[in-house]
Amino acid sequence: MNEFKKVLLLGSGALKIGEAGEFDYSGSQALKALKEEGISTVLINPNIATVQTSEGIADKIYFLPVTPFFVEKVIKKERPDGILLAFGGQTALNCGVELHRSGILEKYGVRVLGTPVQAIMDTEDRELFVKKLDEINVNTIKSEAVSSISDAIAAADKLGYPVIVRAAYALGGLGSGFCDNQEELISLVEKSLSFSPQVLIEKSLKGWKEIEFEVVRDRFDNCITVCNMENLDPLGIHTGESIVVAPVQTLTNEDTQYLRQLAIKIVRHIGIVGECNVQYAYDPESMDYRVIEINARLSRSSALASKATGYPLAFVAAKIGLGYGLFDLKNSVTKQTTAFFEPSVDYIVVKIPRWDLGKFHGVSREIGSSMKSVGEVMSIGRTFEEAIQKGLRMIGQGMHGFVGNKELKVQDIDKALREPTDKRIFVLSQALLSGYSIERIYELTKIDKWFLHKLNNIIETYKNLKNVNSLDELSVDLLKLAKEQGFTDFQIARAIDSSIAGSKAHAASLAVRQLRKSLNIVPVVKQIDTLAAEYPAQTNYLYMTYNGSSNDIQYENDNKSIVVLGSGAYRIGSSVEFDWCSVNALLTVKKQGYRSIMINYNPETVSTDYDMCDRLYFDELTFERVMDILDLEQPQGTILSVGGQIPNNLAIKLDEQGVNILGTTAKSIDNAEDRHKFSSMLDELGIDQPAWRELTSMDDINNFISEVGFPVLVRPSYVLSGAAMNVCSNPEELERFLRLAANVSKEHPVVVSQFIQNAKEIEMDAVAQNGEIKAYAISEHIEFAGVHSGDATIQFPPQKLYVETMRRLKKVAAKIAKALNISGPFNIQFLAKNNDIKVIECNLRASRSFPFVSKVLKINFIDLATRIMLGEEVEKPEKSAFDLDYVGIKASQFSFSRLQGADPVLGVDMSSTGEVGCIGDDSGEALLKSMLSVGQRVPKNSVLLSTGTPKQKAAMLDSAHLLHKNGYKIYATGGTHQFLNDNGIPAIRVYWPSQPDMQPQAIELLHNKEIDMVVNVPKNLTPTELSNGYKIRRAAIDLNVPLLTNARLAAAFIEAFTSMTLDDIEIKSWDEYK
Amino acid sequence: MVPTLNATLVLEDGTKFYGKSFGYPKSTSGEVVFNTAMTGYPESLTDPSNEGQILVTTYPILGNYGVPPLTEKNGISEHFESNIVHVRAVVAQDYTENFSHWQAERSLSAWLNEAQITGIYGIDTRALTKHLRDNGTMLGKIIIDGSAEPEWYNPNSENLISKVSCTQVEEYGCGDKTVVVVDCGVMHNIIRNLVACGVKVIRVPWDYDFTQLTYDGICISNGPGNPEFACATIENIKKAIQQNKPICGICLGNQLLGLAAGAKTVKLPYGHRSHNQPVRKVGTDSCYITSQNHGYVLDANTIPEDWEPLFVNMNDGTIEGIRHKSKPFMSAQFHPGASEDTSFNVLLLNDFIKML
Repeated sequence: MNEFKKVLLLGSGALKIGEAGEFDYSGSQALKALKEEGISTVLINPNIATVQTSEGIADKIYFLPVTPFFVEKVIKKERPDGILLAFGGQTALNCGVELHRSGILEKYGVRVLGTPVQAIMDTEDRELFVKKLDEINVNTIKSEAVSSISDAIAAADKLGYPVIVRAAYALGGLGSGFCDNQEELISLVEKSLSFSPQVLIEKSLKGWKEIEFEVVRDRFDNCITVCNMENLDPLGIHTGESIVVAPVQTLTNEDTQYLRQLAIKIVRHIGIVGECNVQYAYDPESMDYRVIEINARLSRSSALASKATGYPLAFVAAKIGLGYGLFDLKNSVTKQTTAFFEPSVDYIVVKIPRWDLGKFHGVSREIGSSMKSVGEVMSIGRTFEEAIQKGLRMIGQGMHGFVGNKELKVQDIDKALREPTDKRIFVLSQALLSGYSIERIYELTKIDKWFLHKLNNIIETYKNLKNVNSLDELSVDLLKLAKEQGFTDFQIARAIDSSIAGSKAHAASLAVRQLRKSLNIVPVVKQIDTLAAEYPAQTNYLYMTYNGSSNDIQYENDNKSIVVLGSGAYRIGSSVEFDWCSVNALLTVKKQGYRSIMINYNPETVSTDYDMCDRLYFDELTFERVMDILDLEQPQGTILSVGGQIPNNLAIKLDEQGVNILGTTAKSIDNAEDRHKFSSMLDELGIDQPAWRELTSMDDINNFISEVGFPVLVRPSYVLSGAAMNVCSNPEELERFLRLAANVSKEHPVVVSQFIQNAKEIEMDAVAQNGEIKAYAISEHIEFAGVHSGDATIQFPPQKLYVETMRRLKKVAAKIAKALNISGPFNIQFLAKNNDIKVIECNLRASRSFPFVSKVLKINFIDLATRIMLGEEVEKPEKSAFDLDYVGIKASQFSFSRLQGADPVLGVDMSSTGEVGCIGDDSGEALLKSMLSVGQRVPKNSVLLSTGTPKQKAAMLDSAHLLHKNGYKIYATGGTHQFLNDNGIPAIRVYWPSQPDMQPQAIELLHNKEIDMVVNVPKNLTPTELSNGYKIRRAAIDLNVPLLTNARLAAAFIEAFTSMTLDDIEIKSWDEYK
Repeated sequence: MVPTLNATLVLEDGTKFYGKSFGYPKSTSGEVVFNTAMTGYPESLTDPSNEGQILVTTYPILGNYGVPPLTEKNGISEHFESNIVHVRAVVAQDYTENFSHWQAERSLSAWLNEAQITGIYGIDTRALTKHLRDNGTMLGKIIIDGSAEPEWYNPNSENLISKVSCTQVEEYGCGDKTVVVVDCGVMHNIIRNLVACGVKVIRVPWDYDFTQLTYDGICISNGPGNPEFACATIENIKKAIQQNKPICGICLGNQLLGLAAGAKTVKLPYGHRSHNQPVRKVGTDSCYITSQNHGYVLDANTIPEDWEPLFVNMNDGTIEGIRHKSKPFMSAQFHPGASEDTSFNVLLLNDFIKML
């Protein structure tokens, strides 16, 4: 069968809005499929935190940017005979098309496996796409491709407003949106044209249903549709921003078969070999349709479809790429039936996006045709009500379901329904509760009434529960109904007694739990088997439901199971790195002879691949659900420390129920998490920390500041709007922040900490056993403290730390490990100034940087930690960071271009959506690789400098010299211009937006593409949205010009690219760094 | 919706499931079968092949898009497989009263009430399906509170075909060619498809001696139950295969053609009832997803020498169609789906029409 010996797979790089963990899953599956065939595999992906870049998945791994330049170099070196383009999102696809166009693939004799490049181009270029579908009389959305603003205006006039603008070759709807008039059109098209040479103007079909089919075709022309899905939000809201259900709910068999046949016809005509999705707009009042688009690759939807049905699309697509027919392959779940089949499901799946818009300043919260969400969850139930309520809890934003949440203050419900925001679903809840009719909500939202009626069922039950005065009065029927509709014990308790809160709430929920268990109202476990029970499943892909009477699983109760809690929805601050940790913990659990059990609900992950463990519960990580599962599993132990903060937060509650938490005890976890306890422990140990206090009045705050001085870091416990944390540099800023954004009172104390400037920030990732450190990795931030550790650029091993500092760090860490008697993974963050070190925080769990340090050091910290948690005596590894002859640098990926209006500036709250980690022979090379991997570019001719305070200007002086020496044209704003002149560096003065009469204008130069890179360092730490700096930063982002806002990082980057050229960069695989 | 009454489903082996009524509040009995199709309840409920059956839908939420009106085009219903409900009852996990679809005229509950058909929900249909899968299709009773317990009823013990077949000859459509449809319980979809192909259809009762008619081809329809009851049909087909006019068998028609040719049929443990049965055309790399609804199949070991298998099921290897090695006779165990371009049409109907 197999004519390929070595195949190259392109990954998708850092996680970003529109391109996230799903491609780790697809890529890992594809690599597995190739490995099974004995094919040697090469992977290019700079995302070091992924599972696919782990040992044993691919034979050769290159942590390099997925760009034609670097891919060609790898091809030249590795000489693969095949390449897979469909598994690394739009990044890989675009790169592949480019390599094909420029003849590189042909030159090196590399064959594209699966869908031919021509077919890809036919689907990516709108004009070709429409033409192609016209050939078979398939309706597409009438659109005109334009490449100038005047053509765009003409096209829109012809079609009539509202129109939708789409950028070609863009993922997640980047640069796309609706325009109601010419003014909106001009501003959007200008931006889109900076990303894409071609922009589509089309008639808007707002209010139509959005339906999607996932199709697989092999080279023998056999075709199947694996899954269909329906968006709850009608057309107009990007499918990545929509709540999506699978299978479709509101279509008849005739509708479904009609669209299915069309999808097959389209896929055959285009000539897909592998996997592809077809997205439709479907008229709610007839059988009229339009094809919206086709993705000739694995996608977010295909990952969802795989998880929703149990059909491993990526795996099958890879096999088809090698030339197999679907009839050659087996159904991976039943192991006896064929892979040529269309799954039948006996449950409903709901996907809900997760937004983190609160982390950004200035971003609009409206959702629409371009994607802003950073993650998603998938919930499974046997009624829609059950699934949606589960899902709303899973998104992890403090919501308890569709009802029973902290009341959302909606001033104008009509408007909020008409103009949806990230809170839309809760606005629906509010509207139904306040008596809006289904009809009225339908008029305002065009959400199909089927969904609205189902949501209203939840409201009705909620009202009935509210009429119950006490738990004793609650009828069994109502309790049962509530559970079948996905109500938690907490929701029930709170509906009955709305006054409960805090710790009383937990006790009240436990009372409900006890009651229902005594009545035998418990959830049952069901299996996802792809064939709706027609054939037995050989895998244990599971979910819990109250809509059933018997379990699909027979439990062994042999005390051999270990449960690992996963990390939940990807969000800013917690993403693929914790999936890597979870997967590695599972692998070790299995290797050590235990049954590995995973609980997680994120469809973008590898940990939710049913092949990764013995039993996968695709379900909630709430206390209630975890307890339900533990009640059934009766495991030997449960691991909470590899899934980030969500499982960590359950420690105390689970411990109280007698759950055997493996590793560090719940009490120790609490001692580290509780600010007061932790602080007094540090005091006892004689470990320094930045001064802080929890305060309840303005006077107290002022008194404290008079002790420690400005700036201070302010963390309110109750936030009215905007970000939760802020740095205030003077009394005015403090006043404004506390008055406008937060609220200080006895009930809502504020934590104020001393903010130490120009200090280094250092991380220690470590593993300890019974309080003794077994392995550790110290890494340093390139930026000074003040940039969130999740946004900072981190190097490991540290290159600029004093030996004395390192010694002190180790001592402090050893003391903390001992005091908390740590067994398992932990992370400590330090500040260092001169040789003084202060501890900022300590987490008794794996941290974001575990995969990075594990892979750079080549010691798997999670494997070590897991073995310790399982009770094995482990030896200290021989190797230490001092032995490394290379450097790893982890850089952050920002997605500001998708977040219209957001100020692209870094601060104490995290705003990056992903990261990369690259290895180099020295710091400069590693930095260059990693910066290029997160989308920075080496400027060609000119740089705009606007470098902040005098101190920051001075810090950038060497860089300015380097730029000048290397022939760059320097543009600079007023103060910076003066400073450069004074220091003998020629620069051209440019003017701020607030000086509109002067020339040249910075923003104009950006529009005219005369600036290749912007360094804009904000003067102070309080973001003022309407400032000049904001406008320039935003213009750089919107016009796709590389932007740096941190002086230290900018200096390091400039030094790197002026000291070596791209051709100097070594093309070395991971294993070549020894 | 009427206030819900409690309902109990009792299987032949004593297993019980408890739920609530959403249909006509009458106890009933029949053969319990499951269908894994995720849509298509108006079609399934009116499919004459389901005569005498208690239909379990594995897709848990039933009734989403309501029920369309009984409109006719070319003298045949537009949205149903016959003009009446043939199942004895329908069993689901969850029921949707507030349907939503532009074509819908009323809720499933309203329809069942008018047709006096039982419907229950709140049943763990997955557990029930697994039970049927592991123990085979079995008889069942549904007892609705306040309605007397019925006797067991085994539809396989009587000739269901005679119950569901038309009683007189009817004609549909027009065209140069004439196809006789032998109605053993024909799905309207078959007639709709033939008419759409531009042929004249003569629909005859199951035991009608069609060989005396003038025609260009014969289509033997689907139908319920055990094929061996259709002795009269088999005798007529035996006469027809002495001639050379094209014959096309669909579903039960496949079995009847096989029986007439000399093959035998066997009962499957739990049948093929779904929209996702994979079949492969024998001797090719071409595979098709098909709609099926049958409990009996042709026994592969009994196919006569001048006949050959045309399709096989890719999951269990059973025969899904046969053809004569030299004459224009062919049949398939699957049947047309809802759309005009389904595997069925591509595979069978088009060839059949070409042969006429």
